Amino acid sequence: MIRFIAKRLGSGLVVLFVVSALTFFLLYISSGSIARNILGDQATAEQVAMKEHELGLDQPLPVRYFAWVGDALTGNLGASWFTSEPVANSLATRIPVTMTMVFAAMILIAICAALIGVAAAVKRGWVDRAVQVGAILGDSIPGFVIGVILVTILAIQLGIFPATSTISPDSGAEAWVYSMTLPVIALLLNGVTGGAQQIRSAVIKQLERDYVRTLRSRGIGEGEILFKHVLRSAAPAGLTVLSLQLIGMLGGVVIIEQIFALPGMGPLAVAATGQSDLPVVMGVVMYTVVVVIVVNLLVDILNGWLNPKVRVS
Amino acid sequence: MSDSVETAAAAAAPVPPAPTGQSGTVVRSTVLRRLFRNPLGLIAMAILTTITLLAALAPVIAPFQENFANIAKTLAAPDAVNILGTDSAGRDVWSRLLYGGQLTLLSAVLCAAVAIAIGLPSGLIAGYYAGKFEAVSNWMVSILMSLPGLIVLLTIRAAFGPSVWISMIAFGILISPSYFRLTRSAVQSVRNELYVDAARVSGLSDRSIIARHIFSVVRAPIIIQTAAIAGVAIAIQSGLEFLGLGDPAKATWGVMLSEGFKNVYLTPTLLFWPAFAMALTIGALVLLGNAIRDALEDADKIKHRRKKMHDAEHAASASAAKAARKTLAAVEAGTEHHLVKVTNLGVGYPQADGSIKKVVDDVSFHVDRGEILGIVGESGSGKSQTAFSILGLLPDTARIVGGAIQFDGNYTVAPGDEKVNQDRLSKLRGKRISYIPQEPMSNLDPAFTIGYQLVTPMVRVLGISKAEATKRAMKLLSDVGIVNPERTFKAYPHEVSGGMAQRVLIAGAISCEPDLIIADEPTTALDVTVQADVLELIRDLQRSLGVGVILVTHNFGVVADLCDRVAVMQNGRLVEDGPVRDILRNPKQKYTQTLLASMLEGKTPMTMLVSSEKEPVA
Repeated sequence: MIRFIAKRLGSGLVVLFVVSALTFFLLYISSGSIARNILGDQATAEQVAMKEHELGLDQPLPVRYFAWVGDALTGNLGASWFTSEPVANSLATRIPVTMTMVFAAMILIAICAALIGVAAAVKRGWVDRAVQVGAILGDSIPGFVIGVILVTILAIQLGIFPATSTISPDSGAEAWVYSMTLPVIALLLNGVTGGAQQIRSAVIKQLERDYVRTLRSRGIGEGEILFKHVLRSAAPAGLTVLSLQLIGMLGGVVIIEQIFALPGMGPLAVAATGQSDLPVVMGVVMYTVVVVIVVNLLVDILNGWLNPKVRVS
Repeated sequence: MSDSVETAAAAAAPVPPAPTGQSGTVVRSTVLRRLFRNPLGLIAMAILTTITLLAALAPVIAPFQENFANIAKTLAAPDAVNILGTDSAGRDVWSRLLYGGQLTLLSAVLCAAVAIAIGLPSGLIAGYYAGKFEAVSNWMVSILMSLPGLIVLLTIRAAFGPSVWISMIAFGILISPSYFRLTRSAVQSVRNELYVDAARVSGLSDRSIIARHIFSVVRAPIIIQTAAIAGVAIAIQSGLEFLGLGDPAKATWGVMLSEGFKNVYLTPTLLFWPAFAMALTIGALVLLGNAIRDALEDADKIKHRRKKMHDAEHAASASAAKAARKTLAAVEAGTEHHLVKVTNLGVGYPQADGSIKKVVDDVSFHVDRGEILGIVGESGSGKSQTAFSILGLLPDTARIVGGAIQFDGNYTVAPGDEKVNQDRLSKLRGKRISYIPQEPMSNLDPAFTIGYQLVTPMVRVLGISKAEATKRAMKLLSDVGIVNPERTFKAYPHEVSGGMAQRVLIAGAISCEPDLIIADEPTTALDVTVQADVLELIRDLQRSLGVGVILVTHNFGVVADLCDRVAVMQNGRLVEDGPVRDILRNPKQKYTQTLLASMLEGKTPMTMLVSSEKEPVA
């Protein structure tokens, strides 16, 4: 098991390295006149040249990349070109907001999708049809449009929830819950409808397996067969679905935070993108890839725990 | 939006069954006809056609240019000139919606085209030739799939500036794995089909095999996938523009949504129209994809519709049949008492055309304690279905279409019942009736140890403690000839051999001291030498426990070796039954004679094997 984890961790690090290199070269090759953009049209040629030297832009790209890697390994991701705030600092203040929302949404998705999906697989009938229709609706309406609808109706028209949030890391738990309820709902609806449908088909597939019939023949009750055996065997498929949803959600949350004006990664990413503040963009990409790698590793470990065959090999 | 991106790619990945015919046009025309018959598919196509036409004709229909601004008339309510009102810059919402549709749809087409251009050829090559190319592609796919779409698009935007086209090309590359995986698995599934081999042998080049045989298999799944991807592309492009990172000079639904959201306090309707257009388009794409899938997956829907019709018919004939059966039951009651008594049993499955296909028809037999009854027949003769109806473990779709089953004098299928009485059977299963399956490996849950799977039924059914059940499980394992019970007890199913797994299943079947064991081809999946051991084990156990056994098999050798009486089945009917000796010596029916001839003549009888040396068991 330890070798298994080490192997997955190793391949995760390779992915991190590859993605960081690709992103770095992509960002810096295509943006020609970075210093000019920062200083504006009024700046003289000397000022631009000085700025370029200051930012290290006069050195060859590979040298800059390895310098960046060296700094990154010590936790220094550079500083914003516009605000001069260290990128690592901006990430550290914003990641808690975003991750709180993402994990709250994921946990709720896992619970709701599993319950609804299992109910649809076992009961069939109207629950099943509702899940099918829900999946089509969920696929049809993009998550951020749901967010816009929610904020327009529940916050702006009815005033039940705040349309924009004012939370900071030291606001109380109550303020966080109040501010985050709508964004989390906007984040999770699509995940629940899509996840329920896929968990449904995974459960149906397991219910048709031979060992389920044998368990029945041994006098084991339907409830125990379902919750102890079938769900456990269907779980790897469910986990894969959930991990893919989480990857997608890292992008989706950017828009949701923008809609609800939450001080998470979203506004930082959007502002940096708009201004081509490349060190910040680099930092955002790195944070995303690290989260993805960690999540995939956790899913692999969970699958290993669920499936003794993987665990042994 | 992007949370659905990767899931959509994953969700669409399972390949629908490939159309069977080789003549592509025939397959396609029937699929198209089914598609047009499906109301949802028809509606989806109508919506998409309308939206495409409106967008294409925007320069003709739209009353204003997309960016024509009437500064004097901002955020106006709908009137005769601006039928949907104006936005904050005084631009006509209706015109912008039309032009926006043009750009939005074109960008989605571009994205799908890029994704197909990359994913299809690489998937074909990886699936057909496999090797290094496949390994490298798989690795790249796993990287691409672990990147959130929107974050990548933000990076591209930071690098290349706001261009719909560049971002859609990038997204096309990012989502190309969904076509790659689809194509690769479709190709892999047909690569080794006989007709592809035949084409290869007959000298067709790889290229024409791919073009002629393999491309026809992936065509339909790709259309389905494209519908999904176009929807995802529209969503993510709009999301990017909603963030204000789109090209402000161009009208798209996303830009309009962003503009509407800025004025949400003043004119919420500005939000409504682009959101509506988007949801309508994506929804139609999703429905179209589903409709094509349904059309391909044959007449599942038709079955549903016809079933209602059939139910009405069936009810009428059923009441007549019920009356007839009642009289039968009256005659049967109070006659001789058997452990199991099956009377005129019929089992059937409702078909697509509304009829019921009978797989068991008018079958009667009985079994007593201490007796082994063999049910013999070819595959498809209904012998397993008969066995499962005694256990009450028929598939959900099965119907009892006639007859009755009594266990120890009580009806588990009463005359006139459509279904097995699960209330009664759930109390009998495991405790008094048990089951030995055919395929040992697939009948153990791979996620639990063998010990757990032996102990739990005893705890549940007999109500004994876990410790006691463990002690009994050890004894059972050694009773069924397992040399090292402790090790097997702790092992997972994949850690033991097929023969051992079958012994474990037999131990499970006798663990709660049943009165009747139903063994469904218990040796078919095993090696010949292990078969003999397992048969001997069943016979020994039957003698020492005095249980009744129903042994389902296609092998007369097994019957001769083990059974007291035998029932021969063919096409769902019982053709002959009686004591084994009589049937073997003097088969009356032609079918039994043929079966016997094919089993015994010129072969070494199975009985010889029983005396062969035992396989050492761990």
